[in-house]
Amino acid sequence: MNRFLLPFGIFLVLLGFLFVGLKLNPREVPSPLIGKPVPEFTLPQLHEPAQAFSPQSMRGRVWLLNVWASWCVSCRDEHPLLVEFARSNPVAIIGLNYKDKPDDARAWLAQLGNPYALSVSDRDGRVGIDFGVYGVPETFVIDKQGIIRHKQIGAVTADALREKILPLIRELEQG
Amino acid sequence: MIPEVGQLALILALLLAVVQGTLPLIGAQRGIGAWMELSRPLAAGQFLFVAIAFLCLAWSFLANDFSVLNVASNSNSQLPAHYRVAATWGSHEGSMLLWVLMLSLWMQAVSIFSQSLPREMLARVLSVMGMVSVGFLLFLLLTSNPFERLAPPAADGNDLNPLLQDPGMVVHPPMLYMGYVGFSVAFAFAIAALLGGRLDATWARWSRPWTTAAWCFLTLGILIGSWWAYNELGWGGWWFWDPVENASFMPWLVGTALVHSLAVTEKRGAFKRWTVLLAICAFSLSLLGTFLVRSGVLTSVHAFATDPERGLFILVFLAVVIGGALMLFALRAPQVGGGGRFETVSRESFLLANNVLLIVAAGSVLLGTLYPLVLDALSGGQTKISVGPPYFEAVFVPLMSPMVFLMGVGPVARWKQATLPELWTLLRWAFAVSLVVAVLVPLAAGGGSWGLRLGLFLALWILAATMVSVRERIRNFRGAVRERLAMQPRAWWGMILAHLGVAVFIAGVTVVGTYETERDVRMAIGDTVEMGGHVFRFDGTTEATGPNYRAARGTVTVLRDGREVLTLHPEKRTYNASGMAMTEAAISTGVLGDLYVSLGEPIDASTWSVRVYHKPLVTWIWAGCVLMAFGGLLALSDRRYRLRSSQRQREAVATSPA
Repeated sequence: MNRFLLPFGIFLVLLGFLFVGLKLNPREVPSPLIGKPVPEFTLPQLHEPAQAFSPQSMRGRVWLLNVWASWCVSCRDEHPLLVEFARSNPVAIIGLNYKDKPDDARAWLAQLGNPYALSVSDRDGRVGIDFGVYGVPETFVIDKQGIIRHKQIGAVTADALREKILPLIRELEQG
Repeated sequence: MIPEVGQLALILALLLAVVQGTLPLIGAQRGIGAWMELSRPLAAGQFLFVAIAFLCLAWSFLANDFSVLNVASNSNSQLPAHYRVAATWGSHEGSMLLWVLMLSLWMQAVSIFSQSLPREMLARVLSVMGMVSVGFLLFLLLTSNPFERLAPPAADGNDLNPLLQDPGMVVHPPMLYMGYVGFSVAFAFAIAALLGGRLDATWARWSRPWTTAAWCFLTLGILIGSWWAYNELGWGGWWFWDPVENASFMPWLVGTALVHSLAVTEKRGAFKRWTVLLAICAFSLSLLGTFLVRSGVLTSVHAFATDPERGLFILVFLAVVIGGALMLFALRAPQVGGGGRFETVSRESFLLANNVLLIVAAGSVLLGTLYPLVLDALSGGQTKISVGPPYFEAVFVPLMSPMVFLMGVGPVARWKQATLPELWTLLRWAFAVSLVVAVLVPLAAGGGSWGLRLGLFLALWILAATMVSVRERIRNFRGAVRERLAMQPRAWWGMILAHLGVAVFIAGVTVVGTYETERDVRMAIGDTVEMGGHVFRFDGTTEATGPNYRAARGTVTVLRDGREVLTLHPEKRTYNASGMAMTEAAISTGVLGDLYVSLGEPIDASTWSVRVYHKPLVTWIWAGCVLMAFGGLLALSDRRYRLRSSQRQREAVATSPA
């Protein structure tokens, strides 16, 4: 065995991985939650901390869960789109205010507008873990049976809204 | 019309490259003189046509010809002229054309400066470069045509990505590509030597200046990229271990190893097979970097438009070029002798140890860069992870620390045989002084991490050990110190400067990493924040308009001891054509540190979130890189390269087996 073949061998292995890698899309992160029931939780509401919210109360309706925080820069980018969406659509957006100070969060909404039917405070991020949140913002589309049907990672864009989220909502509303 | 001329020129260049990649090589193998002689005129013709194509594209950009798809997607009538020129290489297609231009430029340079080379060698070198050129020209013409027309023409263009509208971005790609592509010369020399079965000190002497030149360009290219990120990304970082940065860093690490290994091969005839493998690897990593950036297999902040078809093309090209080169190496390497012998303690073994550490470091960067892809591929697309700075820092520092320590020992050690007691006698004071200062400084500054002590020690160690090596070097010369110093060749001075550059670099990285301060504050008009002995007062923002953007222009006044010393104007720009928002940091640069202010987001009409940084010695990072590159240039200007007598060449040729 010629030891000088070793670099060639290493290169072949590398080439194999690159070839397979070419067919994979690094931006497409699958969520194991798609098709699963929305995780159960009970959290205080942001504007009325005395009242709790739980996803069960949304049964029979199509709704969006948007994970946001006042410290999150991309949330500012998607916020006008959400405000516009809330104005023109009957579908409720529930905000999951993630690892945020309620005062900051309320001030942020007061300034930029509040597209949420209501927001809940996930101050320590425990519920975020159940949802597999690893970057804020994230948006989940949930159907009438409480099943997660779609997950948008990162800011909602006009394209994603028009081409993916809105058609899906229309389809789910009919089902 | 002009774009069609460019297209035609590219096709002609391809035809010439095909001939160049075949006939001279066959001529060299079979001893057909006329075929070998073809290589130089063909290289000249190729350079001419590629240059015409490039100028045609640049003209299309300057003239705002929006009937060319590339121009319409990457330029705009409002874009200032100098950025329109830079936009020529701002797109994928344009940057590949720049790559080919650089390749033909290097080919032309080899053809001019290497006329004293034996005919077979020159023919083989240019032929190998011609083959590489065929690959890239085909890639351009088949998958990334820069001259593709748009019918009907666009009324106006989409504008150049605002991130790229920065002076740093104008020079960064050409410098980086000069470096990347420059390693193709070392590669071609290595392949030519393997083909000719002649791997000796002469071969190393021929490759050395080319490798050093490519290394200088790559150093400068990476430096400008880092400086650009610092200025343009608005959060004060200078290196992010991003896949695209890693893609340029890996060839640099291997290139650094190659520069040193070539020195040993030339001077001592040792490490032949190792050097040739390094030459192949350095260029292979340049190609791999291109693949990673251009195929989109990895995510990156650089987020270029990606296309799997292009990826497949480059992958096949990689397989042919790198696979072929490594196969040739495997076949020919056993026939090459090992070369000069040396003892365990000698300059050779220190350089070998450094080489191995640099290669392991490059390997670990490669591993970290590709690991997400490998895991993804193994799990069938189910596992997505990213590898971030913590991995790279955890791996890199332990590998580089012994390397940097050996940098101090190597130049002092004798070739062939040195002894440890002798080295200890020479270096003990340098060692003691650096150690004591590295312990005392953090004490005086009121504490610091082990990283700080290590960094300071290494920087001081290089400085002190380099001074020792200067003293040892001139010991045996006569005359005043100044005369003795002036007698030394520039190549030696180049090494000293480059090594000192590493010391400056380490000092900068260490100090900025330890003592930088950062505040992210909400500021209304008149609010102040204190940092690093300075008081920053926010004086509000005004509307400003640039040639192709609107901006909120902030005014931040810096006070020291109650006196106004400086006014900074950070901007938040919105570009007209793309609507993209950009943060333009205001930076006051100083030898001892930078003050860096950038605007975050508006909170209300008069209140902004403002980011303020104090970055002590950050400029040293880039100054260190400049010193390294300057050291390389100084070595290149050594008289042995300028006055390389053809007689000595002929002697060298005569003594080495054909």
